[in-house]
Amino acid sequence: MDWQFLFETFLSLISAIPLSLELAATSIILGAICALALALCRLSGIPALDWFARSYVFIVRGTPLLVQIFLIYYGLGQFPAVRHSLLWPFLREPYWCAVLALTMNTAAYGSEIIRGGLLSVPFGQIEAARACGMPRMMQFRRILLPLAIRQALPGYSNEMISMVKATSLASIITLMEVTGVAAKIISETYRAIEVFIVAGAIYLAINFLLTRLVHLLEYWLSPHLRQPVPHPAAGLAPAPIEGDAR
Amino acid sequence: MNQPGILELVSFGPQGWGKALLAGAWMTVLIALAGYSIGAAIGSFGAWAKISGSRGLRIAADTYTTVLRGIPDLLVIYLFYFGGSAVVTAVGQLFGAQGFVGFPGFLAGSLAVAVTSGAQFTEVFRGAFKAVHAGEIEAAIACGMGRWLRFRRIVAPLTLRHALPGLGNVWQVVLKESALVSITGVAELLRQTQVAAGSTGLPFDFYLIAGAIYLLISTGSGLFMRRAEQHFSRGVRRS
Repeated sequence: MDWQFLFETFLSLISAIPLSLELAATSIILGAICALALALCRLSGIPALDWFARSYVFIVRGTPLLVQIFLIYYGLGQFPAVRHSLLWPFLREPYWCAVLALTMNTAAYGSEIIRGGLLSVPFGQIEAARACGMPRMMQFRRILLPLAIRQALPGYSNEMISMVKATSLASIITLMEVTGVAAKIISETYRAIEVFIVAGAIYLAINFLLTRLVHLLEYWLSPHLRQPVPHPAAGLAPAPIEGDAR
Repeated sequence: MNQPGILELVSFGPQGWGKALLAGAWMTVLIALAGYSIGAAIGSFGAWAKISGSRGLRIAADTYTTVLRGIPDLLVIYLFYFGGSAVVTAVGQLFGAQGFVGFPGFLAGSLAVAVTSGAQFTEVFRGAFKAVHAGEIEAAIACGMGRWLRFRRIVAPLTLRHALPGLGNVWQVVLKESALVSITGVAELLRQTQVAAGSTGLPFDFYLIAGAIYLLISTGSGLFMRRAEQHFSRGVRRS
């Protein structure tokens, strides 16, 4: 193993990590917002919205991401109306095209996960909120959404990992993120295996950290599942009432 | 200049790209099928290693699935395409060939798809095996069935039935992943679309058509999968 070469590869790939992370973070955040909106469309009970969300999810999940990226990056420029619009400065940039395609993609997959989470909230909880006299918006904000997020988080972490992996496709439209730089080094040196090991290790490290973060978030969101921490003055205080906090 | 209409462009006439797109779609299905079947073989071996392999085999299978599910598929394709060429060139030089020898794109693509889908197959098969009721295997042992007979008559059919929905998912993923093989220059659907888009100057129309063809293939195979599921779960009572 040529350690010198591995180290040099590592140094050049490390400089590309910020772009990969930026692409992933931007599209995951924007995508989550769109996913929530799509899930709400599905559950709204309004046929037009439901139909729109269904067909959107069907189309996006049924076509390869690369085709979607090409459609946005090369395809939109075909129309003079787009070229002369205010959006052109954005759509001309490969970065924003990649973000748009990734966001659209993760919104479709994420909406199904969020929908599952929303559907899993027991009706009794909402009934209780109603009985407390909460208005609809507050019910949603305080009861439905937090419970749904907690339920959907494990599934959503898979989606986040796929997004980190999907950022690699941005290299095909000239963005020099980790895979882009790796491909450049491979085509210059033809040492595919070494470069693959380094780039793969970087992606694994990112995804490992991501899963740890989601675990931490899950821990923070589910205090009811934790063992109660013994209070220093436990002997003096009256015994807590036993019961199912859920 | 008289721009041909979009219908003329996708027709099978002299100006049409219909034939090229159809050939590309066929190539896409071939790559996906090749990758899928090799991946299934890798996956059954991986699942076996995880369930009843030795400690070393289990660690190897765990590493394989963790790594392949954590890194981008594109990277794996680069590895097989460029790495394969490097190996072939080295072997060629050993036998006295001169210069660079390319690795066939189809082989590199299907192998890359197989290796990435193999990791998913491993998990699907492992999960499906876990769903087989222990009592069924016990009953087979009680009947005095040998290991191989037990596997052939009881474990394999039951595992496959539980695995069917997961197998459908893997097929959809493989089909979409095959689009990445276009970077190795194989004339599959996306590659042909790129050529057509470039030479007609109508990228939007052609990528839209390509998307529609992918959608058609995935929906068609999805229906087939659902039929298969119905067929193999007959006699199973659903709650």
